[in-house]
Amino acid sequence: MSLPEDPQAAIARRFIAAIPHSRELGMELEEIGGGVAVISMPYDPRFVGDARTGVIHGGAVSALMDTCSGAAVISHDATPEATATLDLRIDYMRPATPGQRITARATCYHVTRTVAFVRAEAFDDDGDRPVASATGAFTGGSGKETRTSTEALS
Amino acid sequence: MKRPEPVQVIKERRDMGLAKLVGQVPYIGWLGIGFERKGDEVTATLSFAEKVIGNPTLPAIHGGVTAAFLEATATIELAWSMLWDEIESGRIDAAQLTPETMPRLPKTIDITVDYLRPGLPRDAYARARVVRSGRRYASVQVEAWQDNRDRLFAAATGHFLMPEPEG
Repeated sequence: MSLPEDPQAAIARRFIAAIPHSRELGMELEEIGGGVAVISMPYDPRFVGDARTGVIHGGAVSALMDTCSGAAVISHDATPEATATLDLRIDYMRPATPGQRITARATCYHVTRTVAFVRAEAFDDDGDRPVASATGAFTGGSGKETRTSTEALS
Repeated sequence: MKRPEPVQVIKERRDMGLAKLVGQVPYIGWLGIGFERKGDEVTATLSFAEKVIGNPTLPAIHGGVTAAFLEATATIELAWSMLWDEIESGRIDAAQLTPETMPRLPKTIDITVDYLRPGLPRDAYARARVVRSGRRYASVQVEAWQDNRDRLFAAATGHFLMPEPEG
């Protein structure tokens, strides 16, 4: 029998499985816990951004980065069970190679009373050269007064 | 004096150019984004559907979908502004455009998205503005709203690498 899953990781895993858009993109949770998440996405011709090159659209990579970053936040010990993106900056370093899976790794590296900060990178089969990197700020910090829903900004 | 072109001919030429441009991006169709044109101004619509949901309990549009919607709108606006000049000057005949002869799309260098409000379960709209378009780089701002044009739910600034001249 396998060891019981860390409760925070279990919450994060259920959270990802319940996101319709992540399911549509075929995202799979590879690793989760302690403020770190790894999520991958298959190559799919429907997600191509330029028919002439067959390269995946930046938007699909953004969706992967955003999901992975959010998962990293909720897997952090000090954060509530839900979060929303405040801002996300994505740098595209090179086109992802057509046909290859894209894997994102996000780390929630700092949590204040109200905000969680995240860094993420995405790779195709070449694990040495990132396809894209991202930095973001998310709602929900360690404080008791922290609002826990994505309605925090409304 | 040269007679002005019939209005229908002008409209068909421009709509055809825009449709062929958007047709270059399979992901835009898959996500359910459509583009409407008034003169050279383009407005994007993201149709609400189950697959764009990020938070099923609210429900709310996925932050990644919002980012994708803004990036797609910015890219199309930038490419369209270049294609518009080519078509209107007569250097490119929209009717003859094929995926092979379509000018190359600009590539995203970076994009920063501000999430201002949750994306509600209904259609969303976006318009982009090319702030600066040089020979190599372009800077584009884009805004998205739902019910009220003045109540933005997201905005973004992106930098793009212009396609190299072909030949």
